[in-house]
Formats: sequence, C-alpha cells, structure tokens
Amino acid sequence: MSADAADPVREMVDAVYRSESRRVLATLIRLLGDFDVAEEALHDAFAAAVEHWPRDGVPANPRAWLVSAGRFKAIDAMRRRARFDATVAKLAREIETHTAEIATDGPGVEDDRLRLIFTCCHPALPPDAQVALTLREVCGLTTEEIAHAFLTTPPTVAQRIVRAKAKIRDARIPYQVPAPADLPDRLDTVLHVVYLVFNEGYSASSGALLVRHDLSGEAIRLGRLLVELLPDPEAIGLLALMVLHESRRAARTSAAGELVLLDEQDRSLWNQGQIAEGTALVERALASRRFGPYTLQAAIAAVHAEAPAAAQTDWAQIVGLYDVLLHADPSPIVELNRAAAIAMRDGPAAGLALIDAILARGDLQEYHHAHSARADLCRRLGKTADARAAYERALTFARQEPERRFLQRRLSELDA
Amino acid sequence: MRYLCLIYDDEKKVGAMPKGESDAFMGAYFAFTEDIKKSGHYLAGEALQPVQTATTVRVRNGKLSTTDGPFAETKEQLGGFYMINARDLNDAIQVASRIPSARMGSIEVRPIMEFDQP
Repeated sequence: MSADAADPVREMVDAVYRSESRRVLATLIRLLGDFDVAEEALHDAFAAAVEHWPRDGVPANPRAWLVSAGRFKAIDAMRRRARFDATVAKLAREIETHTAEIATDGPGVEDDRLRLIFTCCHPALPPDAQVALTLREVCGLTTEEIAHAFLTTPPTVAQRIVRAKAKIRDARIPYQVPAPADLPDRLDTVLHVVYLVFNEGYSASSGALLVRHDLSGEAIRLGRLLVELLPDPEAIGLLALMVLHESRRAARTSAAGELVLLDEQDRSLWNQGQIAEGTALVERALASRRFGPYTLQAAIAAVHAEAPAAAQTDWAQIVGLYDVLLHADPSPIVELNRAAAIAMRDGPAAGLALIDAILARGDLQEYHHAHSARADLCRRLGKTADARAAYERALTFARQEPERRFLQRRLSELDA
Repeated sequence: MRYLCLIYDDEKKVGAMPKGESDAFMGAYFAFTEDIKKSGHYLAGEALQPVQTATTVRVRNGKLSTTDGPFAETKEQLGGFYMINARDLNDAIQVASRIPSARMGSIEVRPIMEFDQP
C-alpha cells in the first residue's frame, strides 16, 4: 500500500491493512478453502477499498466489508476462469451457496485466526516450513523479511512456503482448531514454533545483526495473540518466558555490541514494566496447576528478575525449579543449566562434577555452552590449564560472532 | 478423500513375539478392521507376506533385471496396507494412529492422487 500520505482515506486504508489484514485473510481462507486464492482475494479486497472508500466513505465495519469484497472478487475470478474449466464453475457455485449465510463478524471470526495458526503449525509440515508459513500468513512478514531474519535466501523461504501450501492442499490438512483430545499435542507444536521464532530473534540480538527483523517482538505478539485466543497455562507460561527474557535485552549487549552475561549485566537497564508483566503471567500460569516446561523456565527467569543484584539471586529456589523442570522435561541441556545453578548454590566443584558426568556420558559434546560453562567453573577453581582447554573446545563449536568474541576475551583474561 | 496407510513393521520383532502376544496382536488387527468398516473409513486392506518373498523388477535400456528382496534395506519393512476414506488428513491420522502396528512400527499416510476423468 504505497499511499499518498496526505490523503486521509488512504491513511485509513493503510491503518486497516495493518490492523485487520491478517484477520481478513484468516476468514477468507476458511471461506475460499485455499491459501493462494485467499491471498489474491485479500489483495483485491484492499484494492477495491482504495477505489471505493474515497468515493463512498469508509464503511462502519471495514473488516466485514473487506471479507465480503474479497469473497465476491474470488467468486468473480473463478467465474471468469470457469469459461475454460467446468470444475471451477462448480467450485465457484459451491463457495457462493455455502458461504452466503456465514457471518463475517462475531465470535467465529476469532476462531479463524486460531484455525490459521494451527494449520500453519500442523505437525505434518516440516518444522522450518511451520515457522516460515506462520511468519508469512499469521504475522504478515514478507518472504524477504523472513529470509533476512533466518539468514537464508528469499527463494529458499518462498519454496518452503509453496511446498507447505501444496501439502496443505494435496494431503487435505483441514482448516480447523484441533479437537479437545488432540489439543495439548497440537498446542505444543504451535508453542514450539513461537519459541523458535523468539530464540532466533533473541540469540541474534547483536550490533552487527541489528538489521534483522525484530523476531522477538513478532514472537511476543504471537504469544499475546495465543493467550488472548486460547489462554492455556503453557501459552501463558511461554509468553511470560519471552517477556522476561525481553526485559533484559538492553543489558545483554554492551555499547560495543559485546555479549554481557547475566551476572555482569547492569540491572538498572532491565525493563521493570516487562518484569512486572512477566512475573504476573508466571503467577497466573502457576496458579492453574496444569503448567509445564515453559512456565517453569519462566519461573526461573522471574527469580533472576527479582534479584536486585547477581549476588542476591535465590539460587536455592532456582535449583528447586530446575529439579521440577528436569522431572517434567528431562534433557541434557536442562541438566547442564541445573549444574550451573548448583555451582552457584554449593560451589564450583559440585557443579563441575555434574557437568563432567554429562560430558562423560557422551551428551552435549558439541554444545559450546557446555564447554564454556565447564571452563568457567575450572577458572573459578584455579584450574587454569583445564579452563583454557575447555574455552578452546567451546570456541571450536561456537558459531555466532559475539559468542566467539566473548570466549576469546575469556581466554585472554586467563593469561592476564 | 482416499488415503493409503502403509504399515511398516520390524519383521524380526513381530516374528519373535511369543504366541500369546502375537495372537493378541492379530486380534487387535481384526478388531481394528471391523471398527473402521463400521465407521465407513475402510476401503481395502491386506497384509503382505514377509519381505524375503519380495522380488524387485527393473527395466533398464529395455533389459529386464529381477533381483531378490525389496529395493532398499531398512530396519522396518512394508508389511501391509489399508486404503481408507477420510474426511481430511486429521481424520486419516486418527485412523492411522489406531492401526496396531503404529505402537511398534510406523504408518506412512499418503493421499491418493486423483486424476480428473475427461
């Protein structure tokens, strides 16, 4: 919508596009039964708005107007094609009769957004396609923006999206919110996609990479939408986790773009508004008594957020939360984090023994955080040679520039 | 819409089942087949003879080659199939998840390609 900014109706169309286009798209997919047809209809509906609204005035319910304009344009386009293809004529008739009575507003329309999310995150689609499709259809990012954010090329992203849409159509993945029996599993997939998007934005936050699209912000918007539409405890827990991590964004990198670890962060830079929001969300999720791993991770983040200084962190409570998390969602990475918390509560030797046990088992061998955590504990125990070997091992596996610079800085500090 | 559910099992594991267990396994298959006949999902279904009875046929440059066994050596072998009629993929996944072999092997769910009749 490249608009003449002076024109108030064009400005209004732009504003409606920003606030309503994803809702309108979600409903059009339901009415028209096809992603590509719905996208074309969405485009045509906004083109019609630009033409009609300056002349006839902005309608009282712009969203309903756009949905029916899009539906009409799609049926019209099918009719024109139907001259060459009889099956299209039949389809056009079916859509026209079956969707004539369907309301374009009301509670069903909010369900359309959930339908869209669950369809984009269907487990029959490959995970990278779930992420790309969700960012494209639910968040409205362009293919270029998604490619930029995931350090890949637009044709790669476009191909993922095209293939995913083809599978939705050809394998007939239904456009629906899962039945209650399937909901927990299906919601897990959705939450995982949101978590992946958030992590990609969070771990990429560095000076050199600031041009990347604000994926963390996009993930938090998705998280809020989910909590609004489906206030499941884990959806609330995930939103809490993201908001609490986001509260430390300004403190995570120095002015020079260097990574700053939690214990060295300037806590006055933490966003207190986000901490208050995140903590309230954690309490709400915990009160449900049906919480899971996301809520527990958020609770750990909340304990950190409550500490006015690193030395005042309640490590006993954090270890306790990791114990529960390890029980709910056992993984070597949770074990590693628990070991780091134990090192803070009981001293570096206790933590080191646990990390060594994880590595001896063969887990996390190529995970740079395991080696850098081990290096850090060796350093604190005065085992300089072991610390150096472990930092060097971490360096062979660390891929992101800020993390590599951090490890090199630690290595050079050992020599000092 | 029609879907083919391809049933992959580890033949060795199935073959090594004690009698009571394999009877129960077969019983579960009979019950499942009855069930999807009643629900209207069932179109066809067969079990296959073990993989050592398989023959792979290829024609290359007009020359027929016949070899023993399936074309790929895998841990799980195609052991049977159901052709079902399902509303959509979610419905098909529901049916496939109730195939007894889903608990030990795996089920590949493939939509049938429909060609338009002229």
